[in-house]
Amino acid sequence: MIREKVRVKSFKINDICVTGQSNQSILEVARDNNIEIPTMCYLEGLSCVGSCRMCIVEIQGSHEPTPACTAKIKEGMEVTTSSPQIEAARKMILSMMFSERSHTCSTCVANGDCELQNKSVELPLEHSQVPYLNQRFEIDASHKNFVNDPNRCILCTRCIRVCDEIEGAHALDLAGRGLNMRIIHDMDEPWADSQSCTSCGKCVYVCPTGALYEKDISEEEVIKKREIITELIKNRGK
Amino acid sequence: MSISTDDRYNTLEKSIKKLGYDKSSLIEILHSAQETFGYLGIDTLKFIASRLKLPYSKVYGVATFYNYFRLKPKGKHNVVVCLGTACYIKGSNKILENIERRYGIKAGETTSDEALSVLTARCFGSCSLAPVIVCDDVIKPKITLESSTREIEEMIK
Ligand code: SF4
Ligand code: SF4
Ligand code: FES
Ligand code: FES
Repeated sequence: MIREKVRVKSFKINDICVTGQSNQSILEVARDNNIEIPTMCYLEGLSCVGSCRMCIVEIQGSHEPTPACTAKIKEGMEVTTSSPQIEAARKMILSMMFSERSHTCSTCVANGDCELQNKSVELPLEHSQVPYLNQRFEIDASHKNFVNDPNRCILCTRCIRVCDEIEGAHALDLAGRGLNMRIIHDMDEPWADSQSCTSCGKCVYVCPTGALYEKDISEEEVIKKREIITELIKNRGK
Repeated sequence: MSISTDDRYNTLEKSIKKLGYDKSSLIEILHSAQETFGYLGIDTLKFIASRLKLPYSKVYGVATFYNYFRLKPKGKHNVVVCLGTACYIKGSNKILENIERRYGIKAGETTSDEALSVLTARCFGSCSLAPVIVCDDVIKPKITLESSTREIEEMIK
C-alpha cells in the first residue's frame, strides 16, 4: 500500500486561521482549536460514518452543507460552523430523529444522560417540527444484563462500530431499511442467544440514547461511560 | 434435512467456490442461493456467512436491505418448483402451471388465506431425481402432475 504523505494544511474556520494535517477531518481540527461543532453519531476513536448529519458546516463555494466529521480538510478552505441556515437544518435533523421513534423521556432510563435529549437543550429545539410516527418495535430483554429497545434508537451505528472495531465481535448490524431499520444481533436472534456477542457491554456504554441499557438499574444510576472507549483506544496506541 | 445431505448446499458451495470465497461477492452469492432455494432461510444465510467468514449480522443486514431477497415465503407452507434444465425437460413447467392454476396464484405469490406460497428455483442439484419439487424443505423426487398436487394437499391440510 502506498502511504499518502501527510501534509500540513492551513485554512479558516469561522474566520479563524487554523492548521491541521491533511488526513484530519474538519471536525478534528475544529476540536483541536476549541471550536465547537455539535455531533451525534461521531465518537472519538471509532470510524466516522457521517450518518446523523448533526455536524454539518458550510464550506465556501459548496452549495450544500457538509458533515464535518467525514470531510477531510483542504488548503485554503473557508468553513462556517454556524449560520441561520445551518442552525435551522440541525433543528430539523434533530426533530426528525425524535419523530421517527418514540422518545418519551419521562419513562426512559437514559433520562438525564441522553445525548439526544441534551442536544435538544443545546440547540435548542423547543418543539417538534415534524409529526411523530409513533412506530412500535419489539423490545429485546432476553440478555441477562442488557436490553435493546429499538423504540429509542437513532440508528447512529455507534454500537455496531464499537462491537466490530473495538471488541472485534461484530455481533450487531443494521437490518431492514428506511423506517423499519433496526439494530439486530446475529440473524435477528434474541440477544441472549447471540453466539458472537461476548457480553462485554461496550455497545451499551457508547449508545447515545436509552436504546441499549443495563438491566435493573434506575434512571439516577445510569451512567453511560462513553469516554471509556476513547480512552481504551488511546491506550492501545491506535 | 441436514446440510450435509442436502444437494442444494452442494450447489451453493460450488457457486461460492467459483467466486473464490470472496467476501465482496456476498450479494452475488445471495442471488444464487435464492435461485437454488427459492428463498433465503436462516440456515442458508448462516451457511453463507460461515463459508465467507462474515459476521452473521452483516449477512443478515445485507439480505434484509434489498427487497429482492426473500427471507421466508409469506405462506404458512411453501412449495418450490425446480425449473432447472433437467427438471424442465421432464416437464416441471407443466407441474408449475398446474399448481398455479389450481391455487389461483403465480410463482412468487401466496394464496389469500396465506396457506401456501409457490416459488421457483433453478436446480436443487438433485437432477437425477428430476423433476423435483420441495415441500416445506423436504425434497420430493420424480414428481408427476398427480403426485405434486397430492404432496401439496398433504402438506397444507
Ligand atoms: S455486549 Fe459487546 S459483544 Fe455483545 S453486542 Fe455489545 S459490544 Fe458487541
Ligand atoms: S442502539 Fe444506540 S448506539 Fe446503536 S444505533 Fe441505536 S442509538 Fe446508536
Ligand atoms: S457527527 Fe458527523 S454526521 Fe454524525
Ligand atoms: S434441474 Fe431440477 S434439480 Fe437439477
